[in-house]
Amino acid sequence: MSTPTRIAPEVPARPTGPVRTQRRLPRFAPLGLYLAGLALGAALAALTGSGLTTAVVYGVVLGTLAVFVASRIVEGPRKATDRLVTALVTTAFGIAMVPLLSLVWTVLDNGLPRFDAQFFTNSMYRVVGEGGGAYHAILGTLIITALATAISVPIGLMTAIYLVEYARGRLKKSITFFVDVMTGIPSIVAGLFAFALFTLLFGGGVRLGVMGAVALSVLMIPVVVRSCEEVLKLVPNELREASYALGVPKWRTVVKVVLPTAIAGLGTGITLAVARVVGETAPLLVTVGLITGTNLNPFDGRMATLPVFAFYQLTQPGTATQAFLDRAWTGALVLIILVMALNVVARLISRFFAPKTGR
Amino acid sequence: MSRGTELKLRTKTRATALTVALAGTLALAACGAANEQGNEGGGGDDQQSLSGDLVGAGASSQQAAMEAWQAGFQGEYPDVNFSYDPVGSGGGREQFIAGNTDFAGSDAALDEEELAAAQERCAGGEIFELPNYISPIAVMYNLPGVDELNLVPATIAGIFSGAITNWNDPAIAADNPDATLPDLPVTAVHRADDSGTTDNFTDYLFQAAGEVWTSEPDGVWPLQGGEAANGTSGVVGVVEGREGAITYADASRAGDLGVASVRVGEEFVAPTAESASAVVENSPAVEGRGEYDFAIEVNRETEGSGEYPIVLVSYHIGCIEYDDQAAADNVKAFMEYVISEDGQAAAEENAGSAPISDALREQAQGAVEAITAAS
Amino acid sequence: MTATKAPSEPTQKPAVRRPGDRIFAGTAKASGILILLVLAGVAAFLIGEAIPALTAPAEEIPGGEGLAAYIGPLILGTLMGALLALLVATPLAVAIALYVTYYAPRRIAAAMGYVIDLLAAIPSVVYGFWGLAVLAPALRPFHTWAADTLGFIPFFAGPASSTGRTMFTVGLVLAVMILPIISAISREVFSQAPALHREAALALGATRWEMIRMAVLPYGKSGVIAGAMLGLGRALGETMAVAIVLSGGAGATLTLISSANPSTIASNIALKFPEATGIDVNTLIASGLVLFVITLGVNMLARWVVNRRADFSGAN
Repeated sequence: MSTPTRIAPEVPARPTGPVRTQRRLPRFAPLGLYLAGLALGAALAALTGSGLTTAVVYGVVLGTLAVFVASRIVEGPRKATDRLVTALVTTAFGIAMVPLLSLVWTVLDNGLPRFDAQFFTNSMYRVVGEGGGAYHAILGTLIITALATAISVPIGLMTAIYLVEYARGRLKKSITFFVDVMTGIPSIVAGLFAFALFTLLFGGGVRLGVMGAVALSVLMIPVVVRSCEEVLKLVPNELREASYALGVPKWRTVVKVVLPTAIAGLGTGITLAVARVVGETAPLLVTVGLITGTNLNPFDGRMATLPVFAFYQLTQPGTATQAFLDRAWTGALVLIILVMALNVVARLISRFFAPKTGR
Repeated sequence: MSRGTELKLRTKTRATALTVALAGTLALAACGAANEQGNEGGGGDDQQSLSGDLVGAGASSQQAAMEAWQAGFQGEYPDVNFSYDPVGSGGGREQFIAGNTDFAGSDAALDEEELAAAQERCAGGEIFELPNYISPIAVMYNLPGVDELNLVPATIAGIFSGAITNWNDPAIAADNPDATLPDLPVTAVHRADDSGTTDNFTDYLFQAAGEVWTSEPDGVWPLQGGEAANGTSGVVGVVEGREGAITYADASRAGDLGVASVRVGEEFVAPTAESASAVVENSPAVEGRGEYDFAIEVNRETEGSGEYPIVLVSYHIGCIEYDDQAAADNVKAFMEYVISEDGQAAAEENAGSAPISDALREQAQGAVEAITAAS
Repeated sequence: MTATKAPSEPTQKPAVRRPGDRIFAGTAKASGILILLVLAGVAAFLIGEAIPALTAPAEEIPGGEGLAAYIGPLILGTLMGALLALLVATPLAVAIALYVTYYAPRRIAAAMGYVIDLLAAIPSVVYGFWGLAVLAPALRPFHTWAADTLGFIPFFAGPASSTGRTMFTVGLVLAVMILPIISAISREVFSQAPALHREAALALGATRWEMIRMAVLPYGKSGVIAGAMLGLGRALGETMAVAIVLSGGAGATLTLISSANPSTIASNIALKFPEATGIDVNTLIASGLVLFVITLGVNMLARWVVNRRADFSGAN
């Protein structure tokens, strides 16, 4: 409403300057104003005796407001809205960083005290109170995840090959659709499925490592299918055609030409799929249980796994509570390191093994 | 052309990486858990020549104690392959009756039907039920400046049913003439989950304060309202964080919280190992049971001096006669350790339970000595 | 969809069907069908194990009042937590997606996207640890404040929890967990907004925000909706974080901030299942079946929205 009146006085000024002269805030003014607002907010919070969180909230609100008002006065409402949105969007990103940083810091802070050799070489077998470690749980996690990978990768990869190279029509559509739907199965439901399946086969109360692997496979297969499918689609058609032209049968074309070309992407996708399931807790909780000793045989009774170990150490501590909590947090730390390492490996695979030729 | 070599190279590098990863895992697996090694050489004592499996399952309330017992037991008998599945009391009894396990841990004694089934399962048709794990449940509160608090059962029931809402209530003041009770609302905190602690606590209220507390005993808190929290650490956490809060939990977890003494007969009794064990000792046995079946009904209305009636009793259930010699030997040795002073002390240290009294030990000893294998 | 057709086209009439070919194609097809069977199997086995609970008399179900009375509050809790998470996460995720695609300095935008994706990589049990140790205590003052000032709204009815282990805290933890899912999909659709439209808007003198409002948001709307629904699916099924943080099991209540919270289906299963026997197991599996149906419905709807959009944009 007040816009026209504000723009009006500018009009006579225009012809005198260069054409682009529109009143703008100096380049670093928004940032400066924002910081000033932040400082003011901090001061205000300090005066009212509030904590750090309030200071930051006051500061962000005031800083945003300062930028908006200044821009509105100098640059007009349209530009002001733009600046406001910029500030809001940037703040949103900042907000998302808070939990990530807080989480990583908390886990490091609480997990490092027990991040020692004993944690990696000892199990909880005959450990009362302090000491002990997660050797049995780390190995259990590795074995069950490896088993899940061994189940998921052939099925997932073959399905992806089918979808990309062979499938047509209704079946293809329904497989694609249900694979997508399957990515959304809650992990606990996958656990219940494995439990129900094995209960039917072996009777009630059964707990086996391989049950956990089956449950994880239900979660992992759709992820493998999706990522492998994407990668296989990227393999240029010319390669296939060249192979056919040489009289190579289709299956050998797939095995010898398509897969090797896509190997980097496949490796990345599969590694990320492993990273997705390695930290799963719920399905293992209902299928594998927990023991204190080392059991390396997934076909014989309960096994310990790292996430379940950490969960029980946290929620059911004994009388020496602090020792249990320390082990729980170190377990969480190792879990994060494991997942992050897999993510980094996935990145490295795609960076160093990516085909340099191609498109 | 260069593509082919490149591909080959890639596969090779991948294979190498895979091999390294595999080798790493294998190396990790091969070295074994440091604290599990030396079992072979460790058992120098050649008297201790038990071996084979010893499988138990049942109450998770015993879990912490069981870890301590396992540690101690396997220190003596390193060759026995011991395991205890915390599947819950019901699951423990079920699996024992089905013959999947050698013994069960259970917060409740077998009922009639289960008893009959268990007698089928055991060779001689006779079973033992030993109250080997006694855990006093304390009424804990957070009231700065009030170090001692005496409560009669009806007052406890009033507090937890929501009838008493302020700490300066005359009902509380009547039993605590010396304490300065603040004008502070009462926050009664109970377990949100299904637990044996709740079951025993409500059983106590139902029996000892029946005129105020009318809900049947149950593992799930029967009333609406009040604060709820998950697990022992949950309820204790709430009480620690709020003045005027009160809850019931394993006595060993009281920490800095105040612990109420409960009126028994003419005196007020605090939860201690002795008082908890005393009430179990003097409680009447369930009638019509076998010679070695020491299932009891905890006497919540006891008037005996120095008896604390709010206790959780967890049993070990097994056969007097096993089909298998190894099973009989192992169960016998394990139970012998559990009821020994060492065993009870280990449980006290790790789980905060109350060691059984000498009278209870003597009674259990008889049953343990009777364990044999059918020949 | 259209891209997949291209590779398979030239192979439609292979000259000879060799045995190797037939075996390979057969195995591939079998794998695809196996996946359908697994999904059907999940449903079938859950139903099979749930039937005893469905047919059992009401007194035998935990709680003693039948299956509906047992599962009802759990469904309420599940929906409350997930919807709260959705409400918090969606605007935030859209803003983050916009920031990464159109505001962040080009050079570091990709890295920022990766950092947000890291949130998705952290195992849910670790989120539970964090929620319990950091977020719940940090939100305690808010709980008291909300009970005092907003207490007239049913959602903020007191008394405030003294631990912060409430549905509200759970909602926020879940929001953080689904943030990367929604923002990843939003990012993708935003970056695909037709460059022609964007440049046209800018050329007409639109500010960056006006360009986004006119050219990007309308284009990305269905993508955001789909992303939000996928996030909802994840939040509904999230187990460990809820199981650790929430102090639940109090039956049906609407309040978000008191200590009396309904539990959620998934966390209830995780906490009860390890010690359940007999009919309890069947009851829990029945509740899992309900969760499966709910998430399946949400996911199918989401995929339907995504695919409809994919068909539409395929022409681009």
